[in-house]
Amino acid sequence: MGGKHYLPLTDEDRREMLKKIGVKSVEDLFSDIPEEVRLKRDLDLPPAMSELEAVKHLNSLAAKNKHLNNCTSFMGAGVYDHFIPSVIKHITGRSEFYTSYTPYQPEISQGILQAIFEYQTMICQLAGMEVANASMYDGGTAVAEGAIMGCGTTRRSKALVSQSVSPFYRAVLQNYFNSRGLDLEEIPLKDGHTDFSKLEEMVDDKTASVILQQPNFFGLVEDLDGVADTIHNHKAVLIMAVDPLSLPLLKPPVDYGADIVVGEGQGLGVPPSFGGPLLGIMAARSRFVRQLPGRIAGETVDSEGNRGFVLTLQTREQHIRREKASSNICSNEALVALAAAVYMAAMGPQGMREVAEQCLQKAAYTREKLTALDGFKTVFSGHNFKEFAIKVPGKPEELNKKLLQKDILGGVDISPFYPELENTMLFAVTEKRTREEIDTLVRELEGWK
Amino acid sequence: MRKEKALLFEMGRSGRQGYSLPSSDVPGKSLDELLPKKMQREEPLGLPELSEVEVIRHYTELSTRNFGVDTGFYPLGSCTMKYNPKVNEEVAALPGFALMHPCQPEDTAQGALELYYKMEQHLKELTGMERFTMQPAAGAHGELTGLMVIQAYHRHRGDHQRNKVLVPVTAHGTNPATVTMAGYEIVQIPADERGNVDLEALKEAVDETTSALMLTNPSTLGLFEEEILDMAKAVHDAGGLLYYDGANLNAIMGYVRPGDMGFDVVHLNIHKTFSTPHGGGGPGSGPVGVKERLIPFLPKPLVDKKDDRFYFGYDLPNSIGKIQSFFGNFGVVVKAYNYVCMMGAEGLKQVSTDAVINSNYLATLLQKNYYIPYDRFRKHEFVVSAKPQGKKGAGAGDIAKALLDRGFHPPTVYFPLIVDEALMTEPNETESKETLDAYARAMEEIAGAIEEDAEKIAAGPYNTVVGRLDEVRAARNPILRWQEE
Repeated sequence: MGGKHYLPLTDEDRREMLKKIGVKSVEDLFSDIPEEVRLKRDLDLPPAMSELEAVKHLNSLAAKNKHLNNCTSFMGAGVYDHFIPSVIKHITGRSEFYTSYTPYQPEISQGILQAIFEYQTMICQLAGMEVANASMYDGGTAVAEGAIMGCGTTRRSKALVSQSVSPFYRAVLQNYFNSRGLDLEEIPLKDGHTDFSKLEEMVDDKTASVILQQPNFFGLVEDLDGVADTIHNHKAVLIMAVDPLSLPLLKPPVDYGADIVVGEGQGLGVPPSFGGPLLGIMAARSRFVRQLPGRIAGETVDSEGNRGFVLTLQTREQHIRREKASSNICSNEALVALAAAVYMAAMGPQGMREVAEQCLQKAAYTREKLTALDGFKTVFSGHNFKEFAIKVPGKPEELNKKLLQKDILGGVDISPFYPELENTMLFAVTEKRTREEIDTLVRELEGWK
Repeated sequence: MRKEKALLFEMGRSGRQGYSLPSSDVPGKSLDELLPKKMQREEPLGLPELSEVEVIRHYTELSTRNFGVDTGFYPLGSCTMKYNPKVNEEVAALPGFALMHPCQPEDTAQGALELYYKMEQHLKELTGMERFTMQPAAGAHGELTGLMVIQAYHRHRGDHQRNKVLVPVTAHGTNPATVTMAGYEIVQIPADERGNVDLEALKEAVDETTSALMLTNPSTLGLFEEEILDMAKAVHDAGGLLYYDGANLNAIMGYVRPGDMGFDVVHLNIHKTFSTPHGGGGPGSGPVGVKERLIPFLPKPLVDKKDDRFYFGYDLPNSIGKIQSFFGNFGVVVKAYNYVCMMGAEGLKQVSTDAVINSNYLATLLQKNYYIPYDRFRKHEFVVSAKPQGKKGAGAGDIAKALLDRGFHPPTVYFPLIVDEALMTEPNETESKETLDAYARAMEEIAGAIEEDAEKIAAGPYNTVVGRLDEVRAARNPILRWQEE
């Protein structure tokens, strides 16, 4: 039988225990399951493997995948190949953290509670917000829950989302809104940026929120000065989706008048894991605290006056408020938030600034080199952070195939999300890319069509 | 042993650093040339400056102030805090899994797709469902996905008046919250004197406005719904669907399958039944399985196979769309897959067998000193009512703190709501008889201590790094981040 090393009961134990319970056989304990639905055969699963065999099997599956260690990646679109300091896995690998549950018993959970409190503080520092929660599932669900929060606080049922917001986020948002019967309208693009004159026309007294992304899906930094005033004039809220690694360099959301800040935190020391687990960021101005979804750690004192931390404002949450809760979220991504906190602690303000600046410089260099090639064209004018869209002289799929022969993961084909942008790809260039890697990419594409 | 721990923000010194990065080797331009000044941050980022050693010591000390399954017995009811096999962590960290980009071409991700495909086959067999999506990132997320699928099904049939979801009083708090999240009204169904859902009340409640019944079986009382087939019939006859909350699947693997009981939609909690760690509150994973007629409504994409090649199938015209940005918490599913590979059919059935033996055994031991309502065999968990102790001055919450002093993580307290002073206790299959005996002795000793001096127990805990924390103060005067004084 498989997994015996995880099952400490011996046959002798089982006999003694059944005797103590007062039954003859284990079947008696299952006698309340109606006869007609019982499974009267063995489960049809492959034979159990030993640890050695399982590791071998999993290794053989992993070996069929390309990954960021055996390829040079220029893929982004929300998930990036950033540097992950070694310290992170040593902390998240401490089993006092990773084998614990949600900290319902604060006296023996001070470790994770303090770590969450510190994480919340760091997110607030990045975004200029006053409250942050312990995390959401990912950027997409954070956007969706932020928009639902916007509807809740304004008691309105319509949100406007820019088409420059990631199509991955918008798909999740659309789904959440459909289910709840809320209205979603898209603000069109103007040269790859949100069309602000259209925004001004569309926002009205029925609008709950306007959702913008900075830098936007195309990697462009949008000029958002004054946008919040337009939105606030209609008593709607501004929700900004951000890349936290851009914030050491870019003007923080608070300076644009954002009310709710959401985003994807994967860049903060989290491996991409084929798109999950990721890290949903959720922060807001303090007036929204009671509508915030999910876990929040707060400071308090113990019976002797010592500082300590607890999960707080739980009357927002499902386990207390049931159907009146602000969200149904229970498990979030606490361990991933811990990884992000360790990242920010290790990198510090200078390290994060350095990462952001290198992204900016290297993306600019790559864009310049690529667009100098025949048939490769910049799609939008403006200021890019670490990503840019580029029109290529052929099918993106073919281009990526060619690059793969040199173990390069090329750009993300974005034409399926924007049919008007034929043969258009999004390239991301992080601090990890070297000049040599970038030059190799450019060399491989020279003369390609 | 009481002591405060400094915050990161109270440590470090200007000029220290805990990282090293290569210098940029591309020809640099001036910052202002690449990014107009007005788009730049003016104030430097307010984060601490720490050396690597400080970072490591800080978090290592924090970890010593935390209790996990590896620290000791953790019988938190309905959370299935089983041992998290170490090898799972190792395989999930393989670069061929952990360092995959979600947009990389399918041909470069065949191993990952194969793993998703095989895991789906295993979950189908375990539950009796016909297709699974791995996209939901947690149990509650799976619940939401499941209700969205049900909603899309009814809407597609023009059945627009179905605006209510029935939820028993014994349900997890996530169920009613999910009902609201999906835009439904909730109808609560009471329990009968045996702890089952009250069948007559259910029959009374179902009608043409019923979208679904959400049910956990066995329930949070650890009791198997004996009338499940009549319940299923009542809901189906009214045109509603049956939703299975898989939080308690650990009790029945290999014995009975939700699909065979009549459930149309199932979510599973990978981080419970399938041994992946809970991480102090996630990441989890909440795959959703459905019967044939609901497949067209599942989130996109599903993993399919043609000849020997695996691919993402997007051809689902009635799909609800996306529920997570990519394909779900793949890294968590890898761990669960490894677990299923190692357990096999017989091993998984033994998991449920031992979980149920442990639960009934521990309940039998505790009955000596505690009141356990509903005198029936339990499945994987049972609920103690500390009402008698509460009357003496130390209730469920106080008993929980007394358990902390004795080195145990307490059960889930004050839940389910239909039991006064509830201690929902789930000793899973990875615990030995000796551990259960020791826990029972501690509980007996606590019962005695309450008889002697309830006030003393009510003032605990005594042996933890901080004393009982003032949760009321935290909520009344919220301090939710560190601020410079």
